[in-house]
Amino acid sequence: MTKKILIVDDEPNIVISLEFMMKREGFEVATAADGDAALAQVAAFAPDLVLLDVMMPKKSGYEVCELLRADPARAGLRIVMLTAKGRETEVAKGIALGADAYVTKPFSTKDLVAQVKALLA
Amino acid sequence: MNAKTRFALAVVLLGLLMTGPFLLTVGILYADLNEAQRVGFHEAMDRWLPIGGLMTVVGLILGLQLLRALFKQYVQGLSAMAETLRLMLGANRNFRVTLDGPPEVQELGRAANDLAQQRDALLADVEAQIGEAKASVEAEKNRLAALMSELAMGVVVCNLDGRILLYNNRARLQFVALAQGPTSMSGGALIGLGRSIFSILERAQVAHALENIRQRLQKGSTESVAHFITTTRTGQLLRAQMAPVLRTEAEGLAAGDDCRISGYVLTIENITKSFEREAQRDQVLQQLTDGSRAALGNIRAAVENLIESPDMEPAFRERFLGVIDDETKRMSERLGKTMNEFADSLKTRWPLEDVLGIDVVAAAQRRIEDRLKLATKSESLDDALWIRADSFTLIQAITFLASRLQDHYEIRELRFRLLAEGKMAFIDLIWSGTPVSSETLYTWELEPMHVAGEVSPLTLRDMAERHGGEIWYQRDKAAHRAYFRLVLPVAETPEMQHVESLPHARSESRPEYYDFDLFNFSDTRIDLDRKLTEVAYSVFDTETTGLEPSAGDEIIQIGAVRAINGRLLRQEVIDQIIDPRRPLRPEGIPIHGITEDMVRGQPTIDVVLPVFHEFCADTVLVAHNAAFDMRFLQLKQESTGLVFDQPVLDTLLLSAVIHPNQESHKLEAIAERLGINVIGRHTALGDAFVTGEVFLKMVPLLADMGIHTLREALAAAEQTYYARVKY
Repeated sequence: MTKKILIVDDEPNIVISLEFMMKREGFEVATAADGDAALAQVAAFAPDLVLLDVMMPKKSGYEVCELLRADPARAGLRIVMLTAKGRETEVAKGIALGADAYVTKPFSTKDLVAQVKALLA
Repeated sequence: MNAKTRFALAVVLLGLLMTGPFLLTVGILYADLNEAQRVGFHEAMDRWLPIGGLMTVVGLILGLQLLRALFKQYVQGLSAMAETLRLMLGANRNFRVTLDGPPEVQELGRAANDLAQQRDALLADVEAQIGEAKASVEAEKNRLAALMSELAMGVVVCNLDGRILLYNNRARLQFVALAQGPTSMSGGALIGLGRSIFSILERAQVAHALENIRQRLQKGSTESVAHFITTTRTGQLLRAQMAPVLRTEAEGLAAGDDCRISGYVLTIENITKSFEREAQRDQVLQQLTDGSRAALGNIRAAVENLIESPDMEPAFRERFLGVIDDETKRMSERLGKTMNEFADSLKTRWPLEDVLGIDVVAAAQRRIEDRLKLATKSESLDDALWIRADSFTLIQAITFLASRLQDHYEIRELRFRLLAEGKMAFIDLIWSGTPVSSETLYTWELEPMHVAGEVSPLTLRDMAERHGGEIWYQRDKAAHRAYFRLVLPVAETPEMQHVESLPHARSESRPEYYDFDLFNFSDTRIDLDRKLTEVAYSVFDTETTGLEPSAGDEIIQIGAVRAINGRLLRQEVIDQIIDPRRPLRPEGIPIHGITEDMVRGQPTIDVVLPVFHEFCADTVLVAHNAAFDMRFLQLKQESTGLVFDQPVLDTLLLSAVIHPNQESHKLEAIAERLGINVIGRHTALGDAFVTGEVFLKMVPLLADMGIHTLREALAAAEQTYYARVKY
């Protein structure tokens, strides 16, 4: 069964690349442009993994991550945070809030794909 | 028994001694005689008694004379000498015993005179030594004060009660900038001799720092300096360093180590600006790193997709190329914008100071003429231009360029031009004759600057970079001239400039920023039994629209000056015009000289009174005809909630105390009587100055009348006739 990935980012320029890449790898893909839309999409689309940007309008990635982790029904959901914030403190915060991985931009697409696959294996 | 009684007794005794034995012998003889012999005796007595009596009386008189002469010479002579000696001990040191009388008395007088001589020599010696010591202490104080006033850092010295004993000009400027409200008015309201530092700094924080130092001293640590950062009421950030002032051995260490601290020195730096700059720099870094990360991430993902999928559909390829194009453009824009916005905070890492452009040019000209014997001229110098520069390196650079030009192109004269364009200041070095090639300047730019044997490790390029400036070469072909242009940043509104334009800040005498006698001053409360010479005063005067406060007349100007330790502190003043919010009376204008134009746009009394109230806190008010001014202040009590309940001394009443028989107690008349020059009267501050001078002259006159304390002065003033006139 094809795994489903939700891409959450307010910048279309990265969404387009991520979407293309993930589709090429054979995943089923949906997108959301802000925190609220992300939560709605998680409910509607039921993804196996979320690629989550931190800096977004309405709700930040941290908030979305926290809300998702607070829902026991979604315990199996994998969350990968994608962000331009690369300070150690921010990485620590993402992991502490329950992200499975924390990837800082700019990242290698190959590595990201490998990481996503490993998480979904 | 006094000398006269003793003399009378001696006279009686002498009489008895001269007649007694004779009468006794006659008595015994008479008792031994028979009847017939007694008749013979009577006859003989009748014949010889007058002669014998006369001889006895004459003898007695002679004896009396002798006794009197001896008494005069010895007893009275010594009494007179004793009086003279008393005089020499007390009132008149130069008096001497007149040598007179018998030799023994004269010898005693001579010895006394010699002793007095010896004492005078000793006293003169001691006085000379004291005078010398005083002069050297005074010189040291002056040196210290001069040094402090030149320091670029704010310095404040306080005693343990937090009273300010000394501060320098920089500290004053810092606190002027901190003061709330219009700065022209609050100048010095926060800082002042004898005032409390706790109006500026948190008491708890100062106490904590002091405690730290105390503990360190007890542990025998040599590092006895404490640092703290504090925010003021106006939100400014101050960095303070505290060092203790320790009592010397001579002053005595009463009870162990704790008591060694007698005060502290605070060096205060307003770091609000540098902190803001630091924060800005942080923001720039953040923007450049995090901002670039996202863009770079987008580009990288797009590029990698393009590489990974060479057989991508053209539509996708177009979109990915579009992403790359878009992101690179945005990144360049952001970079450009950040550089523009934060150029200042990125550059100024070298310690630059605000200097007046013409000062730098003048200094450079002097140096060039001195060292290089090269004539210089100025053309169009902008004399109001302040630049941010390291003036030493800048002058060095200008001199270096001049010497290069002289050596290589044999120029005879160098002209200077100083102008500004936006945020840039230009210093042009102009010469006529041979043009220089651009390459020449490039080589000069990169060699260490050296002039007449003096070599600097820096190059022209270093100098330019330090200032965030530039340097280039330009030709003015039409005029057959060429010039080097040095570009430097223009200073942002330098604080010194502003303050120098304040009235009364410029005074001929050195500013009275210190008073070491305050070290022994403690307790800020006003004690009525304190001596007049030990109280801090706020001498003030107001100008008003008219004479009837109850009929709606208002204050239009307040002037106040602080007086302490017998001195008028002409730097600690308030000088403020106030908008009365009502038309001025035309008849008043010639008196106070304040016109409608002058009051318009000035703060109202609600704004000014709190500042004045703070200025007067913990001081005794002094005014001429104080009742009048106080009435105006009292009428404002309700609307402002500010109560002026400290003691008030009135120079008019005090004058009536001192000279009850004089006709006039007007301020001019008193000033003339006391020999005070009256300048600048009929402005509030001018009158406050005169009142202050008058008051300070009155204090010793009052002391002569036995009026020493505040309580006594208030009571004496109350009893005068004038005190009964009420407003």
